[in-house]
Amino acid sequence: MQAARRSIALVAVSLLLSGCSSTSKIISDLTGERALGDAKPAVKADKDRKSAPDFELKDANGQSVRLSDYRGKVVLLDFWATWCGPCKIEIPWFQEFERQNKDKGFAVLGVAMDEDGWDVVKPFAQHMNINYRLMIGNDSIAEKFGGVDALPTTFLIDREGKIAAVHVGLSGKRDFENGIRELL
Amino acid sequence: MGFVNSSRLAPILLLLPAAFAQSNAILTVAQPEKLVAKRNTEITARIDVSIAEGYHINSNAPHEVYLIPLRLTWTPEPLSVETVIFPKPRDEKYQFSDQPLSVFTGNFAIATKFKVPAAALSGPAILAGKLRYQACNSNMCFPPKTVELKLPIEVR
Repeated sequence: MQAARRSIALVAVSLLLSGCSSTSKIISDLTGERALGDAKPAVKADKDRKSAPDFELKDANGQSVRLSDYRGKVVLLDFWATWCGPCKIEIPWFQEFERQNKDKGFAVLGVAMDEDGWDVVKPFAQHMNINYRLMIGNDSIAEKFGGVDALPTTFLIDREGKIAAVHVGLSGKRDFENGIRELL
Repeated sequence: MGFVNSSRLAPILLLLPAAFAQSNAILTVAQPEKLVAKRNTEITARIDVSIAEGYHINSNAPHEVYLIPLRLTWTPEPLSVETVIFPKPRDEKYQFSDQPLSVFTGNFAIATKFKVPAAALSGPAILAGKLRYQACNSNMCFPPKTVELKLPIEVR
């Protein structure tokens, strides 16, 4: 009888905890903060990191951009599009990260996956005051990075050019901050 | 050889419409019914669309210029398109947007009015259409896709 009561109590506690967990998830989603207890490493352990594929694209000024040019820097590589609402939430965060960390060996690179290219990306970038380097992506680049089936998809790349974290979909600002801080 | 047991056949028959539907994980278009098109008249085709739960697609008239609208286009032969009629979209607020977005969710139908030319050749034909859409959920968006449609008609 006592054992049965204990089991019921355990089930009740776990149900309560799972309820708290989903509630805190909603709160953390909205604030961009990770709830206590949801803590997970912001970046992969060094031994688990794989080299980021290199690419060469043109930026808005027609200048060539290679990912390998950024070896020695921490890079936030953001695949996004002008038609992607969740991407628009993250853009101001990335502008802030660029401002705060560009002198510490950090850079944001934005790869726009818009089919209409610069015709839509340039006015959008001006409207959003984007202060980091933008390029127009294509299927071949997306393929190199595992397909990039959903946007935003953001890679944090360490100074050795290895992928330290991947965020698919809208992530918390704090998650990015923690990852960048750890890599810098 | 005996008759096929109808109780065994029933589940297979139930699955047939689904087998004809144009689908991916997010958007499904039911195979449209065959239409009889009499020369010098108008006919209306109905395209039934279903969006998976938790997803939305932009309506044909999104509020923001950067968003990709829902578009239905048809090849001009052998019938000519008079008008495409979309249902009334819903304004919904999402976590990632300050303003409500004009979207379609769940099940809805798009109607197309065709004019059947007097010179249309009689007999069966297939009208080819394209439904272009761009879907998101509350957390991420997916590249625009196009579903190829085939509308069987019989011109009389």
